[in-house]
Amino acid sequence: MEDWAKKHGLVLDKVEAAFPDAVLEVVDFRGERTLVVEPANVREICQFLHDDAELRYNLLEDIVADDLLPDFPRFALSYHIYSIPNNHRIRVRALVEDPDEGPETLASIWRIATWLEMEVWDLMGIRFKGNDKLRRLFMPEDWQGFPLRKDYPLGYEEVQFSFNWKAIDEKKPYARD
Amino acid sequence: MSFGVASPRSGSAKAGADTMEELTVEELRAKYGTGLDVESDENMLLSMGPQHPSTHGVLRLLLELDGETVVNLAPDIGFLHTGIEKNMEAKTYTKALVMTDRTDYLAPLSNNLVYLLALEKLLGIEAPPRAQAIRVILTELTRLNSHLVWLGTHALDLAAMSVFLYCFREREYLLDVFEMCSGQRMMTSYFRPGGVWRDVPPEFEPAVRQFLEFFPARIEDYEALLRDNPIWLERTKDVGVISADDAVDWGLTGPALRGSGVALDIRKVMPYSGYDQYEFDVPTRTEGDVYARYACRMDEMRESLRIVRQALDKLPEGPVLADDRKVVPPPRAELGRSMEAVIHHFKLWTEGFSAPEAYVYQAIESPRGEVGCYLRGNGGPKPGRVHFRTPSYVNLACLPFVARGSFVADLVAIIGSIDIVLGEIDR
Repeated sequence: MEDWAKKHGLVLDKVEAAFPDAVLEVVDFRGERTLVVEPANVREICQFLHDDAELRYNLLEDIVADDLLPDFPRFALSYHIYSIPNNHRIRVRALVEDPDEGPETLASIWRIATWLEMEVWDLMGIRFKGNDKLRRLFMPEDWQGFPLRKDYPLGYEEVQFSFNWKAIDEKKPYARD
Repeated sequence: MSFGVASPRSGSAKAGADTMEELTVEELRAKYGTGLDVESDENMLLSMGPQHPSTHGVLRLLLELDGETVVNLAPDIGFLHTGIEKNMEAKTYTKALVMTDRTDYLAPLSNNLVYLLALEKLLGIEAPPRAQAIRVILTELTRLNSHLVWLGTHALDLAAMSVFLYCFREREYLLDVFEMCSGQRMMTSYFRPGGVWRDVPPEFEPAVRQFLEFFPARIEDYEALLRDNPIWLERTKDVGVISADDAVDWGLTGPALRGSGVALDIRKVMPYSGYDQYEFDVPTRTEGDVYARYACRMDEMRESLRIVRQALDKLPEGPVLADDRKVVPPPRAELGRSMEAVIHHFKLWTEGFSAPEAYVYQAIESPRGEVGCYLRGNGGPKPGRVHFRTPSYVNLACLPFVARGSFVADLVAIIGSIDIVLGEIDR
């Protein structure tokens, strides 16, 4: 783990040298390092992490969208990036205010990014600039809303008893003539 | 010619209830944008799945075919989407555990483990050594179990029927071992926050030792059926080749990546649950074809046996649950004489325990590759966000790229060699 701490330092130094003031906050928790950056800078920083001869973060593991509802900015995107040659993982986190104005797509850096961004858009509704392939993946094509958002109810069906049978039946979404 | 392709989940119930919705090539292109740019009207569009035996579940592939050659394809997923991540947010940390079994139903214990390791990281607790060793033994047996199903169905896809029957015979033995420990064959939820549910029964060790005794010869049997079988070689060699650079670019992990010559194994590079105490190799192949991925998994089964044997030999004595009363419920016997224990018992089974406001990511090596769990606590007893990075979902993305230009029959081989589980893709 000492080795990891050294790599944590290296990546932070390099990113700060290449992009002064781009790292808004550094979060260390249980040995994981997070670089919080502006959404507008995500692509450039990831490109740097991928291309730099010493860092070589060549595996994009995951993109996680998180809804922090009472907070503002509301959405958080976490990119988990791993370097196979260096055996080190870093998390780049960006807070997104407007889900329609998300960060730029990372498709030009990692080809898997398009696929991961599709999941984020389908379930959390964050749009990535430049990714024109966003479509419904898990949900049906005509689905309204984004299920993983905190203001989206988990959903349940009201139990029908004899006294409220009709009232509930009228609201049920099945075909009628 | 252009065949109309029926959309299984067509828009309005009223308009398209009894007539199949006809899609033109242009509409199709708009609808299934990713990877599917239909080249010409001469090509045939074919919907493969969702009810198709060799798509390993409910995967639908939209194929554009020129004769028998795949020109393009688009995967259509989501038929098994059950909102597991959303549901977990509405349950306490302990209750949410049972959902993790259901993501990858062929390797439930691996998913238990990744969720619990993330949770334990968030809480800052650690399972005692005996529990960690039991976890290692059972996750390695899960790997064997999953690989046996993979081998059986993969061979069945390529018309080697008998392998399937042999594989399921041995799998049955492993399921009995799981049942012995947890009372369940498949959805075990045997691992719990801070350790495992209860200690393994006395008959567990002899049963696993017996398995270690006979299983190496069984692997030889499977290989005897396949390794030198000309049909098998013809169907797998030089089919679905993925180069190392492409594999990393597409985010492949697990045997699919190691078959392309990249020796990435989370158990080695970021050891968890005491994997650093065991000696094992990471089998790799450089060819990157279907056969290489097959060979990697076969070697992995032998390595798993090595790990299980070592873990069983030095299985430490001691408790199987952490001694942290704020997370782990007190033993039943204590309830009769300790007021403190009663309070903890009541609190833990009604409200649950709370996790700090922070987020962690934990990855482990599941049979299919790197499965990761992102977990955010919000200070309360329910998770703020749970996300699974599932290897099947990520590994599927490269399919259009790999299968382009191959025959439909080879496509079946490629799907089998990537080893997807649809429950894990759709979650």
